[in-house]
Amino acid sequence: MAPRVEALHLVRVFGGRRAVDGVSCSLRAGECLALFGPNGAGKTTTLRLLAGLLSPTSGEARVAGVRLPAPEARHHIGLISHRAMLYEALTGRENVAFTARLYGLPDPDGATDRALRALRIAERADVPVRQLSRGMQQRVAIARAIVHGPDVLLADEPYTGLDEQGASALTALLRERREAGAAIVVVTHHLHEGLALATHAAIMQGGRFVRHEPAQGLDPLAYADTYRALVA
Amino acid sequence: MTDLSPTPSASRRIDPVALLALAVVALAYGRAIWFTPPEATQGFAQKILYVHAPAAWVAFLAFGVTALAGAFWLFLKDQRLDRLAESSAEVGVIFTTAVLVTGPLWGKPVWGTWWTWDARLTLTLFLWFIYVGYLVLRGVIPGREQRARYAAVVGILGALLIPFIHLSVYLFRTLHPLPVVARPEGPAMPAVMVTTFFFAFFAFTLLYVAFVRARMALAVERDALDDAAVGG
Amino acid sequence: MSAPGLIASAWLIARKDLAIEFRTRSAFLSALVLSLLAIVIFYFAWDPTAVGAGDLAPGVLWVTFTFSGLLGLHRSFGVEAQDGAMDALLIAPVPRQAIFVGKALANLAFVLGVQGVALPAMVLFYDVGVGAAWPALIGVMVLAAIGLVAVGTLFAGLTANTRLAELLLPVLALPFFVPIVMPAAQATAKLLAGRPLAESFAWLRILLAFDLVFAYACMLVFPATLDD
Repeated sequence: MAPRVEALHLVRVFGGRRAVDGVSCSLRAGECLALFGPNGAGKTTTLRLLAGLLSPTSGEARVAGVRLPAPEARHHIGLISHRAMLYEALTGRENVAFTARLYGLPDPDGATDRALRALRIAERADVPVRQLSRGMQQRVAIARAIVHGPDVLLADEPYTGLDEQGASALTALLRERREAGAAIVVVTHHLHEGLALATHAAIMQGGRFVRHEPAQGLDPLAYADTYRALVA
Repeated sequence: MTDLSPTPSASRRIDPVALLALAVVALAYGRAIWFTPPEATQGFAQKILYVHAPAAWVAFLAFGVTALAGAFWLFLKDQRLDRLAESSAEVGVIFTTAVLVTGPLWGKPVWGTWWTWDARLTLTLFLWFIYVGYLVLRGVIPGREQRARYAAVVGILGALLIPFIHLSVYLFRTLHPLPVVARPEGPAMPAVMVTTFFFAFFAFTLLYVAFVRARMALAVERDALDDAAVGG
Repeated sequence: MSAPGLIASAWLIARKDLAIEFRTRSAFLSALVLSLLAIVIFYFAWDPTAVGAGDLAPGVLWVTFTFSGLLGLHRSFGVEAQDGAMDALLIAPVPRQAIFVGKALANLAFVLGVQGVALPAMVLFYDVGVGAAWPALIGVMVLAAIGLVAVGTLFAGLTANTRLAELLLPVLALPFFVPIVMPAAQATAKLLAGRPLAESFAWLRILLAFDLVFAYACMLVFPATLDD
């Protein structure tokens, strides 16, 4: 069976600068890659290449065996970002239901309800997003990202703006998704949260994976030292 | 500091095409001023035809090249095509300005008024507006790839627009005829004038090629400088 | 489960945009008030003893619609840029062109909505006798609005990600409105003067051709305005 997510020698050049410079990796169902690195290392660009939001200068990204940005591949992806990607004039429910319809779900309202409940935001879902706190908005954003049951989750600094309760809800949700067979890539600055979730860990620097290994048995404290040694 | 430019003196070397163009322009105007008889009714003012008409031809040629280079860029993504589009548009604006300046200069003695909403003059004016907008757009986009893409879109749509403006202006003119006594070109020019006329066309076309070459060399150096700034 | 096609997803996006506009209403009200203000102010810009109000009406109408239309178009991609919502649209398995068609449909409703109020207001203020020309006049309005919205939506998307977006949009778009405003104003003048529709056919043909060519061309090149 084809890997859920696959990057083959991804390169992306922005006006002469190689933001991503030959990244390869592959994730099977139930695997989670935690991607660490300093600002400007190319983490977000890598994630956007894997989401099909950017097209690679060379190399290719595949999801469920289909080359991006084909719609059949995009169908599998759920994207969580540090930006909420919501319409603040609409309610949380309207935002999520719009996405559900855009993905052609057979029962968009039911799916919306389930996603909102999973994030424990259902009772605040009928006020305009503008009136929600940043953390609440982020929960709606996550509900929107998972409403179509994606089996590939791409998360770019997903913990931004979440309070402790929201963060643990997100970790639980991602773990539950992973165990249900989703492949997850999470970009984060937080080594502990990242490693708690991950089956693989990678450190990016200058557009490349400078370290890429299974996360099992990695000690967060020792890994933090490794990170500092590599990045400094 | 490393060598910034792959061709350090590309824009300082004297282009043989430029020399040739200048020589041919000098010959064409020598011929136009001293060896071509003045037109019977318009007198010496008619000499401006040898600047006005070839400049108009080059203006349209330049914008055609810009549109085509942009269209090809969308498929080939070759930076040289974008430099050609950019250079051609800039040179085109210069020649369009020449048309718009010589038009009134010629119009005053012949029509008795500086500006007239003559169909061709009006079309040229809108051409100037479209491509000044094109250059303004290029100026505000820092990313090279994005700039090329957006410029290609405006270049293509601009070329599509020209026949529509021509049609509208022409219809406007036929419905609201101008009180014009003399038309700018008589129906039949003596053979000696026709020869000079085409000589001037040839000279201006060469001049256009020389200008575009010089402008493209400049663009190459600018891009190299940008690359050195981000990559260094 | 399968994603909706071009028309169905465009419809979803248009409905979403209109829902946002309906919720806030700020852009619609501004555009409407701007139109009414312009109509009123233009009235006092001419000597009423020299030029009859009815002679001014077509020109005033079309200049007003063009500028108020621009106001609405600028907002169209603003709602997507604000919080990165465009990414969520782009990642959804719908054709990229659906975003253009959806936005254009919402903008068309917006422009027609403004015109629907401003046109009767102008007829009232300028004391224009439209009479039997109403259906033809509305036809001209719709034809012109389609072309205006097709080009305007594309340029709104193009300029949304640039510095100076609110200045750049009119600079780029206004030359493209020439073959819309000129035919529409000329045809309106003929209709208001009580001339038969047949005298405006040449103008209407330009409008129709513009709509067809630019609606299609803009849809085709729209994906190139999206960042990848």
